[in-house]
Order: sequence, then C-alpha cells, then structure tokens
Amino acid sequence: MTRSLPTAVRTHLSALRILLVFTVVTGVLYPLAVTGVAQGAFPHEANGSRITRHGTVMGSSLIGQNFALPKAHPGDPGEPLRPDPAWFQPRPSAGGYDPLATGASNLGPNNPVLVRSVEARRAAVARFDGVAPRDVPADAVTASGSGLDPHISPGYAYEQVNRVAKTRGLRPATVHALVTAHVEDRVLGFLGERRVNVVQLNAALADHR
Amino acid sequence: MSGTLAGWLQVLALVAALALSYRPLGDYIAHVLTAPRHLRAERLVHRLAGVDGDADQRWSAYLRGVLAFSAVSVLFLYGFLRLQNHLLLSLGRPPMPPAQSFNTAASFVTNTNWQSYSGEAALGHLVQMAGLAVQNFVSAAVGIAVVAALIRGFTRKETDRVGNFWVDLTRIVLRVLLPLAFVFAIVLAAGGVIQNFHGAESIPAVAGGHQSVTGGPVASQEVIKELGTNGGGFYNANSAHPFENPNAFTNWLEIYLLLVISAALPRTFGRMAGDHRQGYAIVAVMALIWAASVAVVTVTELHSVSSQAGHAAGGMTEGKERRFGIWASALFAASTTLTSTGAVDSAHDSYAPFGGGMTIFNMMLGEIAPGGTGSGLYGILILAVVAVFVAGLMVGRTPEYLGKKLRGREMKFASLYILTTPAVVLVGAGLAMALPGERAGMLNPGPHGFSEVLYAFTSAANNNGSAFAGLGVDTVWYNTALGLVMLFGRFLPMVFVLALAGSLAGQAPVPVTAGTLPTHRPQFVGLLTAVVLIVVGLTYFPALSLGPLAEGLQ
Repeated sequence: MTRSLPTAVRTHLSALRILLVFTVVTGVLYPLAVTGVAQGAFPHEANGSRITRHGTVMGSSLIGQNFALPKAHPGDPGEPLRPDPAWFQPRPSAGGYDPLATGASNLGPNNPVLVRSVEARRAAVARFDGVAPRDVPADAVTASGSGLDPHISPGYAYEQVNRVAKTRGLRPATVHALVTAHVEDRVLGFLGERRVNVVQLNAALADHR
Repeated sequence: MSGTLAGWLQVLALVAALALSYRPLGDYIAHVLTAPRHLRAERLVHRLAGVDGDADQRWSAYLRGVLAFSAVSVLFLYGFLRLQNHLLLSLGRPPMPPAQSFNTAASFVTNTNWQSYSGEAALGHLVQMAGLAVQNFVSAAVGIAVVAALIRGFTRKETDRVGNFWVDLTRIVLRVLLPLAFVFAIVLAAGGVIQNFHGAESIPAVAGGHQSVTGGPVASQEVIKELGTNGGGFYNANSAHPFENPNAFTNWLEIYLLLVISAALPRTFGRMAGDHRQGYAIVAVMALIWAASVAVVTVTELHSVSSQAGHAAGGMTEGKERRFGIWASALFAASTTLTSTGAVDSAHDSYAPFGGGMTIFNMMLGEIAPGGTGSGLYGILILAVVAVFVAGLMVGRTPEYLGKKLRGREMKFASLYILTTPAVVLVGAGLAMALPGERAGMLNPGPHGFSEVLYAFTSAANNNGSAFAGLGVDTVWYNTALGLVMLFGRFLPMVFVLALAGSLAGQAPVPVTAGTLPTHRPQFVGLLTAVVLIVVGLTYFPALSLGPLAEGLQ
C-alpha cells in the first residue's frame, strides 16, 4: 500500500513509525526495567535515601533542610527565616531549601549584589556563632549550585560547635565529638571534598538529650 | 591527602578510564557500523518501521532520512508537551506554553537540551521519560549516524552510496546506547540517584515542619543525558541536584560517561579507515585541547582570578556543591562544554571571568574536544580537511586527506560548515543586544550580562544546552529565537557534512606519494590544533573581548 505513496510521504511515515518503536523501547520498557532492578536491588537509594528516626521518615540524607526558628507570622511568605541557634546551620540557598525550586543564585563573580551579600553573610555568621569574621569559611557565605546542598565543610561545622553546645546546654566537647564522628572523607579517598552532612548531624544531635 | 593531590588524582583517573575504553569501545562501534548481518531485533524494527534494511542510500537519501526523522520528532515532542496534562503520570502539571514547547522540542531533538523550563515544576514523569529521554537516545544516535556516513565517504571508492540511515540509527540505539545506558543506570541508582514514580511528597523535617521531596525515574534519564551528550536535567539544578548526582563518585562517573563515546569515536574512525594512526592523531588533538581547557578553568577557579566575590568569600564556592568542590566542578564544567552535553554540576554564571569565558570558548570551538556523540568527530574531521587544505596551499599542491582529493567542491562544503555556526551565534546575540526588551533579560550588570547573552546563543547554536542561567530566557522571543538557532546550528552543518560525504565517496583514491602530507604525525596534530584555535577562535575574538575578557581585565 505504502509503495504507491510519494517518496517524501513514505520517508516521513517510516520516520514516525521508527520513532514510535523507539518511544516504546527506550521511553517505556527501558525505564521500567531500570526501575524494576533498582527498586529490587537498591530500594533505599532508588527511593531517595530517606532518613528514619524512631520509625518516622525525617527527609532525605541527600536533600538539605532549613533549620530555622518558627515564623512569627506563619502566613507571610515574605518573612525572612531566622536561623535557629540550637541546630547546625546549612549553607545559604538560592531557593530556601525548597526541592520544588532548585538552582543557584547565578550571580556573576563580580556582581556587586553578590559581593555585598557575601560580606553581609560573613558579618551575620560571625555574630551568630561568636567568632571572628575572618574565621568564617567560604561555604558559609556562598549559596550552592542546587540550593539543596546537604553538606558543609568540616571547618564550618566545627565553627558552629560552641554556639550549638551553649544553646542546648551540652558540653562543647560532646558536640565537637559528634561533629568529628560525622566528618566524611573524600569518596575512595580522592574524589570530591571532605564534608559534614548537616541533616544527618542534626538528626544525631536531636537524639543527644 | 592534600586537596591538590586528590584533585590531580581525579583528573588522572578520568584520563586512565577513558584511555582504557578507547580501543574496546571504538572497535565495537566500528563493528556495529560495519557488520553485514542484522540482529533479529533490528529486522523487527525495520519491519515495524517499513524500511528496507538492505538498501544502501545516496547521501541525499541519507539526509532526507535524518531530516524527516528529526522533523517528525520535533512535531511529536511538541504535541507531547502541549498535551501532557491529559496523559498518565502528569502529576497535575499543565501543558507547556506553545513557544516554550517549540523551544524544548527543538532543543531535545537537536541534542542541545537547552531548558527554559524548570523540570520539577513544569513536567510530569511520562513526558520526561517517553518524550525527552527518547530524544536523548535517538538524537545521540543521529549524530553518530551522520559521522558514520562521513567516514564511509572517506573509505569507499567511486560509489554514490554512504550507508543506510535507518540501519545506522537502529543499530546505534539498540547495540551501543541502550546496553551501556542500562548498565550505568543501575550503577548510578546504586550510588543514590533516585529511580521511582513518586510525585512530590511532603515529609516531616528534622527540625519540625515539612519538606516536599520529589521523585521520578531519574537514573534511567541521567545516564543517557550524559552518555548521549544531551545534558537536559530532570531537575532545574541539573547535575548539581543531589538526586541526579548524589556524591563525588557519581559525579566522576557522569563526567566519564559524557566523554566516553566521543573520545572513543576516533578509534572507530581509525578502524574504518584501516589506519589506527589516523584515529590517534585526531584523539591527540582532542586531548590537548581538553587538557588545556581543564587547566584554565581549574586554575582560575582555585585562585579566584579577577573575582571580587571569590576574594570576599575566600574561595569560588558560589554555585558549587560542597560534596564536589572546586576541582571536580571545574573538571565537569570544562568537559561538559567541550562535548555538546551542557549538563552542569555547578553554576557557570558564577565562575571567575576567565574560567566562565573558557566554557564559552570551549563551545565556540565547535565542541570538538571530544565533542558531541558523532558531531564532535565530524566537526574535527571538517577542521582536519581545512588543515590539510591550508597545508596544501602553503606548498602549492592539491591537498588530499585519506587518499581523497580536496577540490573546490569539497572545500565549499567544509567552509560552509565552518561559517554556519558563527553566523548564527553572532547574528542572534547581536539581535538580542539590539532589542531593549531582550537585553533587559540579563541578570548581571556590565560585561558579565553580555556574556550571559553570548553564552546563550553560543550554547544553542553549538547544541550544548548549558547556560549562564541568570539570563531570563523564558520569553516568547528567546524561546523562538533560540529554538530556531538550535535547529539551524544542528541541521545546516549536517547537510554540509553529508554532501561532503557524498562528494568524497564518488572519488577514486589517489595513491600516497612523497608529496602527500602525512596526517598521523605530531606535525599534523600541531597543525590541526593551530587551525582549530586560529580559524575558529579568532572568529569570536571580538565578541569574547566584549564579555569575559573585558570583565576579567577590569
């Protein structure tokens, strides 16, 4: 039947048919097969590496969270979040740790807005943690690429120990030891950076009564 | 271990892994492209599509296949995006607006994966996996198919046939991309990349309150996004998102995946041409440019060169994930812009001026080191043709490459190929800067704002898809203009490549004489590198000096 059609029409019909075949194979069967294997073999990872505490899911170890004081006016989306001194604080986030609005600030390396906000954050963190401004590490004053970075540098974690310990009435040495237990080395010893997972650290902190 | 040593080891391990895959993968792809027998599954695909798998096509028929397949793909994907609210797993997302649907369809069909939408907010799971990810497979296969036709142009004699597009397409998808994608998708899932069909779920947070955590078939899409040098993220944050790229190992693996096919294709070329040394010469040029580029981006980032924000913060950590750090982010940034991937694990917009400028320059080189799947190799082979021609002019001989004469006709196609992309980039960026509304889309002031616009058009025309993401591109004008730029930047060069293939295939080979320029020696590697930098680099020098160079020297 198709033989009687003009060549151009036949070519486009073939193109559509082969596209539909690939849609079924690479667009449906392939992802289903991967899902089957991943859910069967690595269900924890395939479902987002969730943290459970006392039987309750408490977010994902991969996705950063806010550790802020309750809002004075919960209905007001414009009210800025204030960090809660009882928790280790994550990095600044361009999207406020909202997984439905991921991304970076995209501010250029010489944008005065970025320079000013880095300086303002440095002063705020130094005041909040009671340290000298020059001791505030770079990751404490810069936003991540995803806006969901769950990690901070070990330096930033240690820098927060005294403030967290004081607020919670714990001995600084206890909190310091907790941070040390949460310092992760580079993957395989050489990939990426040394880091502390703030979500996991705070979840462990919550158990320290 | 010191940070510097760890950084070097990441780079060296990557080079070692790529070197190890060069021969087996390159030889395997050559086998796939030349094996006389079809697999049973392939015969079934041919029958379902109604194509004759045993026909050998002229270059023009091959081109018609490429264009028809791509046109149908754009229309199909456009419809899919417009109707997604009526389909399964739509997560209640509305249809994508028309201009943005056109942009996205053009973007994924051209292997660009420029995204003016935000994945987690705009798309359901079905359109991601059965619409976008399918194009991640087939657009990569189209690129490899076109370079296969060009290689046949060099290796066949006195024929007007360059292969069968439908056979090449089917074989590359079924025998190369699908098995590799399946294996590495499982590896990524084991590493923490999610693979499920959940929507966003509200989960209690550690400090009280709730957080929406998203789901999706991410691992299966992430792997082909890198392997096919596509780059379109499941989420807006792309490979910076912890669900797409949860740790430094998955990050390293994703860099490997986005380089591996393009880096092995010169072996395929050498094998099909019957002289592996030709492949080594090409891959040497790619490696030189890649290494220089990685070095520039890494050094400028490590030392916050010409960045006030970097000096204020004490390091270039803005827009970078802690788990990767500067070395791995710079390695990703250079590799993704030297291939046509455009995935990002950090925000290029916040890179130091010369580092960010390097990522633009990488794309301007035409993405040839090692470039997109297939498109990288045909890009550098065109430049090799130009290099041979230039050398021929210097000594006053008719130039020849792999035994084929480069006459006026061949040089016309090569020149048109080289002129197309700069014309599209510079006209597009010029227009955007001339229109006040479009200029206002820049997030950052001064030369950096111009860099954002230049980056956008360079990325679209070279089918990269990464962005200086500060530029507000979800407007009807940018969606339409960049959509057109992507289509011109993809298919006009393919027309010239296939025309060149046809012209070369028709020639009888000329014997090698004492006067023939050897194209496998270090001398040719140097010549080709120089041609790449001079011919392509200088074209863009005025535009670069208004953007990143002006910013870096301020």
